[in-house]
Amino acid sequence: MEIKILICMGTSGISAGAEKVESVFRKQLKLQKLIDKCQIVKTGDRGLFRDVLVDVITPELGRIIYEYIKPVNVPEIVQKHILHGRPVQKLQAGKDYEQFFAGQNRIVLSNCGQIDPENIDDYIAGDGYKALKDVLALAPEQVVEEIKESGLRGRGGAGFSTGLKWELCRNAQGREKYIVCNADEGDPGAFMDRSVLEGDPHSVIEGMIIAGYAVGACKAYIYCRAEYPLALERLKKAIAQARKRAFLGEHILDSNLSFDIEIKQGAGAFVCGEETALIASIEGHRGIPRPRPPFPTRHGLWCEPTVINNVETLANIRHIILKGAEWFSSVGTDTSKGTKVFALAGKVRNTGLVEVPMGTTIRELIYGPGGGMANKKIGFKSVQLGGPSGGCIPERLLDTPIDYESINKAGAIMGSGGMIVMDQRTCMVDIAKFFLDFTVEESCGKCVPCRIGLKRMLEVLEEITEGAGLQEHITFLEEMGTAIKNTALCGLGNTAPNPVLTTLKYFLDEYRAHIENKVCLSRVCTKLIKFEVDKDRCVKCGQCYNVCPVGAIDWNKKEYAKINNAKCVKCKACLNACEFMAIQ
Amino acid sequence: MKVSLSKIKKIIHQYDSDRRGALLPLLQDIQAVYGYVPKESVNLISKELSIYPVEIYGVLTFYTQFRLIPRGKHIIKVCHGTACHVMGGKDILDYLMKSLEISEGKTTSDGMFTLERAACLGCCGMAPVVVVDDNFYSRCTIRQVGKLLHKYRSKKV
Repeated sequence: MEIKILICMGTSGISAGAEKVESVFRKQLKLQKLIDKCQIVKTGDRGLFRDVLVDVITPELGRIIYEYIKPVNVPEIVQKHILHGRPVQKLQAGKDYEQFFAGQNRIVLSNCGQIDPENIDDYIAGDGYKALKDVLALAPEQVVEEIKESGLRGRGGAGFSTGLKWELCRNAQGREKYIVCNADEGDPGAFMDRSVLEGDPHSVIEGMIIAGYAVGACKAYIYCRAEYPLALERLKKAIAQARKRAFLGEHILDSNLSFDIEIKQGAGAFVCGEETALIASIEGHRGIPRPRPPFPTRHGLWCEPTVINNVETLANIRHIILKGAEWFSSVGTDTSKGTKVFALAGKVRNTGLVEVPMGTTIRELIYGPGGGMANKKIGFKSVQLGGPSGGCIPERLLDTPIDYESINKAGAIMGSGGMIVMDQRTCMVDIAKFFLDFTVEESCGKCVPCRIGLKRMLEVLEEITEGAGLQEHITFLEEMGTAIKNTALCGLGNTAPNPVLTTLKYFLDEYRAHIENKVCLSRVCTKLIKFEVDKDRCVKCGQCYNVCPVGAIDWNKKEYAKINNAKCVKCKACLNACEFMAIQ
Repeated sequence: MKVSLSKIKKIIHQYDSDRRGALLPLLQDIQAVYGYVPKESVNLISKELSIYPVEIYGVLTFYTQFRLIPRGKHIIKVCHGTACHVMGGKDILDYLMKSLEISEGKTTSDGMFTLERAACLGCCGMAPVVVVDDNFYSRCTIRQVGKLLHKYRSKKV
């Protein structure tokens, strides 16, 4: 094969039409009689959202990257580039693409978007399963020691030392031990686990086998969300392939190690990301957490010692074994080693997965790979870190370095790595309400602070956003939030008030404006919007008229727009379209 | 689809080992066949796995994935992740509720559409996202969604 064509076909690639692009490529190559010379590789997503990304690698020109490829562009690429060696410049990825990848240090994501996740040989060609071979030559204790020395900490959110967890489980007494991969990525706004499972499933499987060897476990489960059908399918294929090659099963690679992995599908409960709830769910019960201690390393699945590691944590393992603990601990800060993958989304120019060394500041991340704000006219307001358990960080704290301790100090948490950028048109009270709405829905109902306390907080926030807020609501939210934080049973409840508490701390003005003046400065809270055109600001452009789905806006050229309130359904399409904030 | 007890029995018998842990996967399998978990199957599972029906209902009502009544012909899921919320996903959901005249989780009276709010679908870079059946529609606007409904109604998809 001389020519390689890489097409990103993860969930996002496919939703942007990658399958059609691929089939047109095949047709065109057949037509040009090039199909035998070209190899089409269906890769996972590489983490940048550019609809369909296509790489063409030829011996003469090397790698040329195309973005936003539609089926109609394919004949041109085949004709000009592949047949005549002249790349199609207007379709090539631009500066944004370069900037996005320039500031990154990709370890976990190194294979994503580069290999065919459904082909084990592609993975093996890049030193795949070599770490497993190396590990089998060591004593299990040495493996635990290596991971401990590397300083790797759990990437699921809490940041517990992975090596220590393994050691605790190794030393625990039990008839059998289990490894569980937590792929129940429920945080709204985080999608790195999905991308790793779709783009490089073998790296997670290899990490699990190594964990099994180190801990002394023979059986493992991957608990994956049902909302990720493609990840589940690729995992199934990868496990079957690994079994065929004797990386899984009895006597792995002629050693004494026997190890197998079973997939368990989640059923749509956010709380199952909490480890004790996850165990209950695998056992076939309602996913309800229980108090810890005893910790799962001693008393876990089926009451036996269990190690539960997150997808990203496990994907790090093989790199540590291959390159050594010293190399891994040279990346990052004193207390937080290695890299962290962030899911950058919201009102930022480049959205996608960014993997940076620990210690990078939030500003560097947003204005480096992120490329700054999507709409430069509307300024930055805040960045939300850590999903529903995290907090909102204001502009003045943007220079906070990314490590577990510094982020906690700012009031947020590292969490699984969701990072949502918000601009001046995002209402912070609404965001707090959004997260609380989520946690109220997902609360399992076992403990009182979480079940009732969060509900009361949500009701108060609803009153505030509807214009019925009272002065005393602010103190109420603070008191209730702190009480829930201190008394809830599990991680979900302990952290659920964080979005409210951090927005109260950093954006109190906005709460005040809602309560005292009954105004939503960002014009998000529908009940506080009058839906009238402000003639001082209206430039008579007709943008609002164009986007209104119900025809409620009257407008003629060179005239002010007028909203017909009888027809208006208050969908806010006009508000979002108006660049001049002319709709009040 | 008519509920066939022998078919359900077959699904149950695929899971012999670790019987309690089999509960979730087999409920998922049954739902994959019927689109919901029929009442008859609960009693059958109860007998076959020796689990009280109340426990099975407990599991069924705990997880959002499970449904106890049939759904509409097309399932519309509006992603409600943070990114989609910030980019206007809530407005799209509100619009759909108004134009379909149903609240979330409900089915239109003609059995055409079921409207659901999905937890984050993990396509945050393409927010806001709407999924109809298995087709993803990214960077949606209210106008597009309106057209989409029309398309599905007139069977053009």
